[in-house]
Amino acid sequence: MLQNILCFLEVDVRKSILHAFYPMQRAQKDRLIQRLIDVLPQTSILASQEELKPYECDGLSVYRQVPALVVLPETVAQAQAVLQLCHAEKVEVVARGAGTGLSGGAMPLENAVVLSLAKFNHILNINKAGRTAVVEPGVRNLAISEAVSHLGLYYAPDPSSQIACTIGGNVAENSGGVHCLKYGLTVHNVLGLKILTMQGDLIELGGESLDTAGFDLLALMHGSEGLLGVIVEVTVKLLPRPELAQVVMAAFDDVEKAGQAVGDIIAAGIVPAGLEMMDRLAIQAAEAFAHAGYPTDAEAILLCEIDGTSESVSDFITAVEEVLKHAGATEMKTSASESERLQLWAGRKAAFPAVGRLAPDYYCMDGTIPKSALPTVLRQIALWSEEYGLPVANVFHAGDGNMHPLILYDANKPGELQRTEDFGARILELCVQSGGSITGEHGVGVEKLDSMCVQFGAKELQQFFAVKDAFDSERLLNPGKAVPTLHRCAELGRMHVHNGALPHPELERF
Amino acid sequence: MQEAILRQQIEHACMAGTALNIVGGNSKAWYGREITGETLNVGEYTGITSYQPTELVITAKAGTKLSDITSALDEHKQRLPFDPPCFGETATLGGTVACGFSGPRRPYAGSCRDFVLGCRMINGKGEVGSFGGEVMKNVAGFDISRLMTGSLGTLGLMLEISLKVLPHRQSEQTVMLEGDFSDAIHAMNHWAGSTLPVTAMAADGSQIYFRICGTASSVEKSVKQIGGHLYDDGLQLWKDIREHQLPFFDDERPLWRISVPSDAPFQIMEDMHEHDWFIGWGGAQRWLKSELPAELIFAAAKHAGGHATLFRGGDRAGERFSPLSEGEMRLHKSLKQAFDPEGILNPGRMYRDL
Repeated sequence: MLQNILCFLEVDVRKSILHAFYPMQRAQKDRLIQRLIDVLPQTSILASQEELKPYECDGLSVYRQVPALVVLPETVAQAQAVLQLCHAEKVEVVARGAGTGLSGGAMPLENAVVLSLAKFNHILNINKAGRTAVVEPGVRNLAISEAVSHLGLYYAPDPSSQIACTIGGNVAENSGGVHCLKYGLTVHNVLGLKILTMQGDLIELGGESLDTAGFDLLALMHGSEGLLGVIVEVTVKLLPRPELAQVVMAAFDDVEKAGQAVGDIIAAGIVPAGLEMMDRLAIQAAEAFAHAGYPTDAEAILLCEIDGTSESVSDFITAVEEVLKHAGATEMKTSASESERLQLWAGRKAAFPAVGRLAPDYYCMDGTIPKSALPTVLRQIALWSEEYGLPVANVFHAGDGNMHPLILYDANKPGELQRTEDFGARILELCVQSGGSITGEHGVGVEKLDSMCVQFGAKELQQFFAVKDAFDSERLLNPGKAVPTLHRCAELGRMHVHNGALPHPELERF
Repeated sequence: MQEAILRQQIEHACMAGTALNIVGGNSKAWYGREITGETLNVGEYTGITSYQPTELVITAKAGTKLSDITSALDEHKQRLPFDPPCFGETATLGGTVACGFSGPRRPYAGSCRDFVLGCRMINGKGEVGSFGGEVMKNVAGFDISRLMTGSLGTLGLMLEISLKVLPHRQSEQTVMLEGDFSDAIHAMNHWAGSTLPVTAMAADGSQIYFRICGTASSVEKSVKQIGGHLYDDGLQLWKDIREHQLPFFDDERPLWRISVPSDAPFQIMEDMHEHDWFIGWGGAQRWLKSELPAELIFAAAKHAGGHATLFRGGDRAGERFSPLSEGEMRLHKSLKQAFDPEGILNPGRMYRDL
């Protein structure tokens, strides 16, 4: 019946309606598999429900969709052939690394082929003298640092999922970590990429030199969430491992004093390697969980890490202690050994799972604000927390203004999830109003599509689509992610956690 | 000066298909290819719009003089970490970012684009948009403000730019060691791989210069470790290198900038004369005075793993930047189309067909 109605419609409209109503037709899927067999080993094509199921989501498990097919090419030529084929057949493609992303960027689409880069897991070259490494996109973030540690070198960006997440995914999300303030994001630590366009063209961007001719396409690829090209090789910058790192923990009887201390440290001309803050609820949860030695009666604590040569660490630690004392710290502790340093960090790194024990569910926000807005934003969150009757634990990358408020709730209580989402929506809007951003490091993916409308107007969104079309005019590569169409604006994003069970519970979250 | 006037001029040019030549302080008119077009003057669109030292972020209008920005930062003992050259007193923030210029500190602190956090801009259709922002971590939307950096005004007119800034060094010292270029490349890469706070390295063929910045005690230790002689006026030396005021740069011949991996050997082409070269960026940026044909220099730079720019002098009508691959050029053209469909913004400034 539907088919009969459709035949009267314009071809384009018909196509889009069919698309909306039907998963990929059996015949088309069979033809695609037949053609894929010509370019891939049979073991690299997954087509059965059991095989496809594990790919239905990434680290944001509330959004699920089983794809039409999953392919796992082993060589650039194979990946290229897959893209050429999908481009010719007008089949959508979603690239995927380790699937640890927190915004649904690698969530499949119903009619899409998931292009897994899992088999691209080789370190191709390590240049000790030039301090660079050429790696395949499926190499894990931490594996790079491990492979070069005997040379006294490391790869600086350290997203919390670094034992599992891949460098290709890091580039796609422009991943951060705890040390961004001093060492930058992924975009600051990558020198070159090889990408495949949706048409299957292999393009080299940069290499081992510090810049390239033409537009900075290398920067544009970072954080493009798999919409512009598929990354098949990454050249990263390696840094000499600092001689020493020390951390100071300072407690405050007032959150605003702690916020002020963050500004004071920066004003004193100090650039900490890490500068983190936790509020009372987060401290208590973390201390009960990790026994890091935090004072549980404090309203806030700061963790300020300094690294460098032993001389400069000692100079700056003295300066940091002075500033914190002056800012009204009620208690201070400076790590005297590597094990003490790790212990002081243990509580912060366990903060998410620790908070997860306080309530059946929590909802993690990822907004950024100017540091000066911190007291105002915190006060407002506290007011809303009372209004909604939902407790909030706050952990921040305070040095760069990236906040992760964790709203505690119980999804089994009728209406509570909705209230939590409303609350979250207001926090992200407040971030934008305060001069910040709806996402500091988790990405937009499918999760924050609606919040994008809060941050950007129609002209900007159209410009984003124009950039997308410049790379992929048929919008076949990870379509529908990262940039919302003009008419959608409703829900707000979240990292949904049920009963304290995080996706990838083995990973540290901070 | 009103933003509306700039927007109107672009809208009119878009409708009429008139090429525009964007000018800030006109201090870098010699850079890139020579173009003709109606002047779009941004030099009067000035002012620091926000600067809170504890945020480590400054936002200013594109026509603001670079010198005004550095003095505002100096007052709070902060600086632009990428150490941009001015090449003249009239240099503006917009021009600096549009050229993507960075100074001697670049390999150790990061480049101009690394510190661009956001911009407000007008595209070739006269549409105003804000991208990025004033916070350090921000992954909402494509990174258009970094794409604008170094695009020579061919994608849009930047109105306002936000940059991350950092505190000044506490102490600084410059030392020099004797060595030819090959020794220099080896030594510079060696110390870049150490934990010492080296923030600039250069070589002129007979001496290798190292700048060390940090707390007094760490500088003292580093100076001892590197050895050599203390250089008396390090501040002036690095300023002269950055601004091309060394006698080396006083020459009639075309000046080439060759960007290669820092450990690329000195000998990247046949028949090299040491006195025609100056090496900066710890080996990664090499200056060459040469009348050789562009194709030859482009090919040598490519062979060494990098690219070349005819920086000053030479043929302003020919190509001045290393040729792009076919795939890259296709993306460049489609991006140009995405921002400036009528091709009115600085057409041909970067590449003849762009």
